[in-house]
Amino acid sequence: MGQIVKKATAGTMESSDAYIEISPGEEGEGLDIQLESVVYHQFGQAIRKVAEEVLQEFSIERAKVRIVDRGALDCVLRARMETAIRRGIEEE
Amino acid sequence: MRRSMLFLPGNTPNMIIHGDSLGADAIILDLEDAVAPDEKDAARILVRNALQYQDFGRCETIVRINGLDTSEWQLDLQTLCPLQPDFIMPPKVGSAEDILKIDHYLSQLETQLHLPPNAVGLIALLETALGIENAFAIASASSRVKALFLGGEDLTADLHCQRTAKGEEIRYARSRLVCAARAAGIDAYDTPFTDVNDDEGIWEDAQFARSLGFTGKAAISPRHVKAINQVFSPSEKEIAYAYEIMEVIQAAKEQGRGAVSLRGKMIDAPIVERAKQTIAMAQALQEIGGSNYV
Repeated sequence: MGQIVKKATAGTMESSDAYIEISPGEEGEGLDIQLESVVYHQFGQAIRKVAEEVLQEFSIERAKVRIVDRGALDCVLRARMETAIRRGIEEE
Repeated sequence: MRRSMLFLPGNTPNMIIHGDSLGADAIILDLEDAVAPDEKDAARILVRNALQYQDFGRCETIVRINGLDTSEWQLDLQTLCPLQPDFIMPPKVGSAEDILKIDHYLSQLETQLHLPPNAVGLIALLETALGIENAFAIASASSRVKALFLGGEDLTADLHCQRTAKGEEIRYARSRLVCAARAAGIDAYDTPFTDVNDDEGIWEDAQFARSLGFTGKAAISPRHVKAINQVFSPSEKEIAYAYEIMEVIQAAKEQGRGAVSLRGKMIDAPIVERAKQTIAMAQALQEIGGSNYV
């Protein structure tokens, strides 16, 4: 299982981008994903699914994730999630 | 056909995802100067995903990697070569040894990735005095090197002079680079014109570059793409003249005549070669929608 060991961020608040904050989850809790999006009603579920898929690729089962989506395409969201995860699992 | 190459910062999704709609024949996804040191990882992943999931249509993709004096360039190649961008652009190439160093690393990567040998082509960015003086050695160091590219900004800093709109300070470097590239049988690309708001200046600068023999020119703003495309496209008059030359040559061949002239001007081998290049370019333009296509 991958483990987020520190708070990390990736991305920006600019249009077509996404800003991600990831931090270690509480003991005994799973994934806690908070999503803000300009297209929340249309694509909220799909965005959440992409985020979960990337977390799964890194076998992250416990983390707090905050996503501020500014209309990012899937490939951008995936890139920002991956960057935040890689930064969060790196030891100091 | 690569008349215009547009630099796009590698960590800017808004620009990258629209890269194919900005009119340039190629986009240069920049992992080097346009990316802050602590965002190199983010840009590398973003560019990798863009190459993997985005369809850039007829627009070629070139990735400018980080310099050989950094710890990033090998990571850049490891991450991006599996996606096979059209070219890799190594910056600040100063000698044939630099090319051989990249060539050696790429050969190993190609084996690991089960790619054919020399699948990854290079456009070498020359932007130091040393690079300009070694231009021919760089151009002919490896069959991977498909073009030389002049970087005027870093070069003028290295030359200890000011970069000006007129560009007198880089005239020698431009000529030397074109000559070296042509001697090695590869293409030559000119440095961007950096004043984004000077709409007259870009025309003059591109026309001058074409007159020296450059194949095309880079841009740092989509505003410059149209001028570059038009300058580096053959005009209707040039195309008509090229076809006329080929007709005259064909007729002479059929009649068994050796010496050929058209409207009093001798048509020799270099003129025929230029006519063939013009026709090839015109045909390529026709495929994408005509000579005024930008």
